[in-house]
Amino acid sequence: MPEIERYELHAGPAYVFAPDRRDFFKLLGGGLVVLLALRTEAQGQESGRGGRADRGRPREIGAWLHISELGAVTVYTGKVEMGQNIRTSLTQAVADELHTSPARIELVMGDTMLTPFDRGTFGSRTTPDMAPQLRQVAAAAREMLIGLAAAKWQADRTVLAAEDGHVRNTVSGASLTFGELTKGQKLTTTITPDARVTPASEWKIAGHDMRKVNARSIVTGQQKFTSDMALPGMLHGRVVRPNSFKAQLISADIKPAEQMPGVVVVRDGDFIGVACDDSARLRPATEAIKAEWKTVPQTNSRELYAWLKSHAGAPVEWKPIEADVHAEASYNVAYIAHTPLEPRCAVAQWEGDRLTVWTGTQVPFGVRTELAEAFGLPEANVRVVVPPTGSAYGGKHTGECAVEAARLAKAAGKPVKLQWTREEEFTWAYFRPAGVIDVRSGALKSGAITGWQFHNYNSGGSGIRSPYNIPNQIAEFHASDSPLRQGSYRGLAASANHFARESHMDELAHAAGIEPVSFRMKNASDPRLRAVIEASTERFRWGRTKHRAGQGFGVMAGFEKGGYVSACMELTVINNKVRIDRVVQSFECGAIVNPDQLKNQIVGAIMMAIGGALSESIEFEDGRILNPRLSQYRVPRFSDMPEIDVVLVDRKDLPSAGAGETPIVAIAPAVANAIFDATGKRLRSMPL
Amino acid sequence: MDLVINGVRRTLRSDPGRPLLYVLRDELNLTGAKYGCGEGQCGACTVLLDGAPVRSCRTTLQAAQGKQVTTIEALEQNGRLHPVQQAFLDTDALQCGYCTTGMIMSAAGLLKKNADPSAAEIKSALQGNICRCGTYPRIVEAVRRAARHA
Repeated sequence: MPEIERYELHAGPAYVFAPDRRDFFKLLGGGLVVLLALRTEAQGQESGRGGRADRGRPREIGAWLHISELGAVTVYTGKVEMGQNIRTSLTQAVADELHTSPARIELVMGDTMLTPFDRGTFGSRTTPDMAPQLRQVAAAAREMLIGLAAAKWQADRTVLAAEDGHVRNTVSGASLTFGELTKGQKLTTTITPDARVTPASEWKIAGHDMRKVNARSIVTGQQKFTSDMALPGMLHGRVVRPNSFKAQLISADIKPAEQMPGVVVVRDGDFIGVACDDSARLRPATEAIKAEWKTVPQTNSRELYAWLKSHAGAPVEWKPIEADVHAEASYNVAYIAHTPLEPRCAVAQWEGDRLTVWTGTQVPFGVRTELAEAFGLPEANVRVVVPPTGSAYGGKHTGECAVEAARLAKAAGKPVKLQWTREEEFTWAYFRPAGVIDVRSGALKSGAITGWQFHNYNSGGSGIRSPYNIPNQIAEFHASDSPLRQGSYRGLAASANHFARESHMDELAHAAGIEPVSFRMKNASDPRLRAVIEASTERFRWGRTKHRAGQGFGVMAGFEKGGYVSACMELTVINNKVRIDRVVQSFECGAIVNPDQLKNQIVGAIMMAIGGALSESIEFEDGRILNPRLSQYRVPRFSDMPEIDVVLVDRKDLPSAGAGETPIVAIAPAVANAIFDATGKRLRSMPL
Repeated sequence: MDLVINGVRRTLRSDPGRPLLYVLRDELNLTGAKYGCGEGQCGACTVLLDGAPVRSCRTTLQAAQGKQVTTIEALEQNGRLHPVQQAFLDTDALQCGYCTTGMIMSAAGLLKKNADPSAAEIKSALQGNICRCGTYPRIVEAVRRAARHA
């Protein structure tokens, strides 16, 4: 069941996209269309709300596939590509079922006019949900093509097979292209998600390495991200920001800016922005606007953790724990910024009362709702298109940049491109929640954990429950009043919860006088958890002796979103500075779809996690971000790159889980445990 | 201002103090160089100036005048990718691709100066380029591969 994101800022509308079938052919041209109707209960899950049957449309469409009269295969999905490589992995899934080369398949993604409704691309749901759906429509299309050929040849369909864009008669050797079969046809079929698809053990294209499908256009600079777009007559936009959060506009003198040639100024409520045909004039125009803001005093990052606990309702009640040894500790996790390399950008264009916005968002249908609400339009009048996006990591769920661009474009009467500056992205986006996690635990001398009480303030509930055998564990999330705007982040709170849990496992192991890997194995009965621990410790050669001053080894294990992970860490502490030397990380997410790309995702998650573990932290005071620049906020660079060894555990007998998130949770606790091993000092605040 | 961009002489009416990046992107539609920070910290805007990598967001038109500006758009020659581009493809050294063009330009600049760099030299030369998706190990591998195949 898809996780309902606790910090999802905009969940999107109750909306059914179910165009008349004739519309498909008007939109896509003739040929063959396969629609996938989701089950009613699946629809409730997907959207996070029910009641759609009331509209007389009991089913929702999950995906569709079109084969044109020329034989071109186009698959439509509301998911979006942000670097997690689903354009390639979904193409592999379709190619497998159509028995056709991936080069013949095109994916149209994240376009509210052309693709089915989708709640958004997050929560590692593409691989477990969308890939099987696309397999089903592709399998149905294959069977329809075979049926068409059987009718044409008056042949027994059991001797016909789809082969790379053709249907071939294996007895006579005759062959027809997909285009020859679909020519002059206007066929649709609606299938339910029960169709048999190829099991992972028989995958020919999925399950194997495949290079990114659009990589050539990226390395040549030809790929157009939103920020690279240019429409005829397009202006550039910029917003005049207040100097602190929660500020209200008192007055603004916009006349000097209005008098500048080619400059359009908009003041609408608390919004002030400019648009101009020459991007060089944006800065002088915004600087010419003298705005006065009423500010309110706000808390700061130094007092953050006390604030979060004191704003989280009644104090928790600790229960007594019967045990030979006890441990008790409090862990902190800072706010961090997603820092996608492409800051938010949107291009907005009005045609009468119809609005189109191109923007890099993970939630195109949610952004469409935001736009419709902001401008009082029916959703049918708003189209959101997601071009290739310079990463997101959970940080691009919202549509504020889209709304701002559309407001400017409306005033200018021309298309407007608005790209946020890096400073705006650091300030006016949202952050990974900060948190405090208090833990008390106890164990017998034998190592068996007898009590575990885990209270998370503000950071979130993902991955909060321990996967070890613990009788009567208590794991609770306590909402607080976040001083900063916060939202989802790759892995959500699983990073914070794994940091606290796996640090604490080490503390308890130490209290019990048991070696940390043995301690975990004593308390782990889930064979998948044991398997990843065995995989990482074996490759790492856990248990070998240290040979350098300042050297430390650390271990962790965990489970989240269908993926099991374990990491072993080798680092060196010199003059209070940590250098990560080597990481061995094992990961198991069921049947592997694309091993090479999976490794790429895991290595990327490890590198990103190093930032959260060691250097990233948002500092703030009185509604201002104090380090909103890359020169002040350190993200991992080449010099932070350790030797990384990824061990994949492939379980072809299990359904594939998503892998974009869970690999990120391993680094922080493994680092904390290795620092303790090196120095005897236990660090409990991320960044360490 | 007279600039030579990808071998073509261009006369621009912009302020000489204006950063090259915005002229490339907004006036010449050469969008391969990306905006990432505007303070020379991320390397997404990297182009070559007389063969040496520079951050175009911190390079004024004046500073570029009289020099050869090379952008990613000119690396491919007659349908043949530059060895660094080819190596990025072969090693799949990218995820979202937003940093990729800047990375390739920095690496191409490095290989002009040092035809066979060690891993440590590559890491040091690319230290000013951020890949937020964290594909660093593959990028090092790609540059080494490009050096071998160049």
